[in-house]
Amino acid sequence: MEQKTKVNAEDGKQDLLITREFDLPVELLFKAYTEADIVEQWMGTKVIKLEGKTHGSYRFETSDANGNIVFSANGVIHEFTPNTRIKRTFEMENAPFGVQLEVCEFEKLTEGTSKITIHTIYESAAQRNGVLKLPFAMGINMAHSRLQDVMNKLNKQL
Amino acid sequence: MNLRRDVFQAIADPTRRTILLLVAAQGMTAGAIAANFDTARPTVSKHLQILTECELLKQEQQGREVYYHINAKNMKQVADFIEPFRQMWEDRFNKLENIMKTYNQNNDGTKNKS
Repeated sequence: MEQKTKVNAEDGKQDLLITREFDLPVELLFKAYTEADIVEQWMGTKVIKLEGKTHGSYRFETSDANGNIVFSANGVIHEFTPNTRIKRTFEMENAPFGVQLEVCEFEKLTEGTSKITIHTIYESAAQRNGVLKLPFAMGINMAHSRLQDVMNKLNKQL
Repeated sequence: MNLRRDVFQAIADPTRRTILLLVAAQGMTAGAIAANFDTARPTVSKHLQILTECELLKQEQQGREVYYHINAKNMKQVADFIEPFRQMWEDRFNKLENIMKTYNQNNDGTKNKS
């Protein structure tokens, strides 16, 4: 499948750019960012609070099967211009990544297509790289769990 | 006999996996890494040595301190390193697109713009 999402992270810089085009009218793309129950579905997190307005705030929380909170994040909205722009901060709680500034630009391409450009600025290049590497590090953990499963099965057979 | 030093050996140990997770977030000194564990400092040093030999960690001298970092060079290129991050967003955005296409169909009669 074609890779539609692009991530541009220049070496030594403290920001990154995510772009993606959608087969959706810009109004629907924007709605996916502002309706709590829709955000929950595609972000895979519980939305505790989401105020879609300038000077509003939001908070996400994800729990595992046992009810332990494994991820929580919050931020405030600096600008909320429907179908055009959301400027907001984002901070993971209990994590060493500091606070980041996100400027999300929503753009109409045609009646049925649109584009999002997310410019994220971190406190430092090191913090940006930490966030970038997080899914990689998680991947190592998951790859090992799978390896462990295979080894366990082999051990039982021996 | 030479011990095999490869990535699988490196990640076979839970302490070493935790060290990789810690250092993935930010460069850390051996002391700062050891502070996260109850195990003796020499044990942590041994883990750091193995991870360095497997080229998953690299050392960087900053003044009088040695910092451990994830070794990006071992990943052939930086693009490989950020690929899981890009893939995470690709998955999220694919989901968003599918959800909103369904949403649009369900609401077509009520808010169809002609």
